[in-house]
This record gives sequence, C-alpha cells and structure tokens, in this order.
Amino acid sequence: MLDADFFRRWMTATAASVDREAERLTALDSPIGDADHGSNLQRGFTAVIATLEKEAPDTPGAILMLAGRQLISTVGGASGPLYGTLLRRTGKALGDAAEVGEEQLAEALRAGVDAVMQLGGAAPGDKTMIDALVPAVDALGDSFGAARAAAEQGALATTPLQARKGRASYLGERSIGHQDPGATSSALLIAGLVEAADE
Amino acid sequence: MSDAKLVGIVLVSHSAQVAASVAELAKALSGGGTAVPVAPAGGTEGGELGTSAELISAAAASVDRGAGVAVLADLGSAVLTVKALLAEGDELPTGARLVDAPFVEGAIAAVVTAATGADLDAVEAAAGEAYTYRKV
Repeated sequence: MLDADFFRRWMTATAASVDREAERLTALDSPIGDADHGSNLQRGFTAVIATLEKEAPDTPGAILMLAGRQLISTVGGASGPLYGTLLRRTGKALGDAAEVGEEQLAEALRAGVDAVMQLGGAAPGDKTMIDALVPAVDALGDSFGAARAAAEQGALATTPLQARKGRASYLGERSIGHQDPGATSSALLIAGLVEAADE
Repeated sequence: MSDAKLVGIVLVSHSAQVAASVAELAKALSGGGTAVPVAPAGGTEGGELGTSAELISAAAASVDRGAGVAVLADLGSAVLTVKALLAEGDELPTGARLVDAPFVEGAIAAVVTAATGADLDAVEAAAGEAYTYRKV
C-alpha cells in the first residue's frame, strides 16, 4: 500500500529531478517554445515542496490536490494549469483514504490524464505531455518501472512528430525533429514514482 | 442609472500592458456613462510575461457585483489557467465564466454591452459575436 509518505517522496523526487534537469527542459523549449519550461516547473515544484512542508496534508489525495493547486498558482506558463490539473484530479480521485493501492493510483492517474486532455484539448500524437503520460498510465498496471520506461519511450517518440497544440503548433513542420519539453518533464514525474517506491 | 447589478469583466493577457491597455480602450469606447467594473489581470505577479492565477482571482473578485463575471483571455496559459480555476470551483466568484471571444474586439463588445445593464448571457453573446466581424 502507498501511504502519505510515499506521495510526499514522489513530489520531493520530482522536484529534485526537475531541479537537476531544468536547464535541459528549457533548452528543449528554446527551438519550439518560449524557453521557460525548466525555470517555470522549477519555480512550481519548489513552491510545492514548501507548501507541503508548511501545511503538512496527511493523506495521498490531500497531498496531490495541494500540490496541484500550488502548481496552478506559481508556474506562470501553460504547464502550471496542465500539471496542476493532472495532480489535482488524481488527488481528487484518491479521495481521503490514508493508504491507496497501486491499482487505485493507476486508475486515479488515468482520471488525471483524462482531465488534462480535456483541459488542453490534446490527443496522443499531438507532441505534448500526453504522449508520455498515456503510455505510462497504460503500463502502470505492470509496475512503476514499466511506467517509467513507457513514459521515457513516449517522450523520445515525440521527436519526429509535428506539434498540433500550444505555441509549437505555430511552427508547423518546423516543430519536427525536436523532443517535446512537456513530454520530457512528464517522464520525470513518472520516474519520481520509481524513486519514491525505492526509498 | 438604475441600480441594476452590472456584469463584471476580467481581461487576462500574458502582458500586463496589453491587459491594462485593452481595459482602458474598452472603457473609453463604452461611452463612460455607466461605470462597468473592468479589471485587467496581465502577466505574472513579478511583472513578467505569463499568467498569474492570483492576479486572475483577485481581478475577478474586484469586479464581482453579483451579476456574474465575464473573463476574456488572450491565449495559451491565460486560457488554460482560467479554465483550471473554473474547474476548481471556489477560486473564482459564482457566475464567473470564460467567454470565447477575440481579446480586443471581444473586450470592447463585452464592456459596451455590460454598460447597458445586460446580463451575463448577453455580454457573452456580444463578445463572441465579435468573431464574425470581418475586416476585409
């Protein structure tokens, strides 16, 4: 079973990897975006960790809802409402249980990903975070490790795609040949599950 | 004027200057007879380009007179942040609504219509209709 500590470790691990990879995320965002993805997410997850420490929510659902709300408030770019909605809806789906099973998390995360697709209007193949998240959620039934591999594979597979959502879509064919920064950061979020489980 | 409640208008842009200037333009073009509550929510709290959920929430609260609030946004994170706040349920006043409209023309149509004491549905319709105004 996954308790509140697991979800705190998940957020901490994600914040650390976003911190580590911030420059790379911003570099990926330079040719096809507005070169702020790394710094925006860094600001957001730093605020998430601070607010989790201050408010100390004690259930998995409450942790993710607070984290999501904080991302919406602090990121400043489109990734704020998108990641914020992902975590908030996932948290909402977990309810107020003190512990949740892995299957429950997989189901809740699927609800979160569905909400992101509804909010942004993106579908698989549009060269967005959805291209990492959907395969990850599909593989989550097997293991966290399988989900991480699927997310990383999904992020890499965005390179040959033409962007159909967001600022990159204005570039048309010129968006081809660049890995999507949102799919890349989504893979970091999913990798955080493995790190949280290993600790 | 009657004391009918007026619809509030919030203008969300990536740029503080764009939001403030469009608010000023729309108010000037509405004739100035009735003080329609209009608030800009532009850029981040730090004064940079981007979107701030806090500024949007504060702007919406400041123009809420109980007749609903029409929120217009320019693009990308401005639109997504408003939608995410509306989905949250308690971040924006009851009756706040994202209005699908071109930012400048829609804002002017919304403010002019709100100044007549029209309700939120009419303000939304007028703003959306601005899409149909072709220039060539």
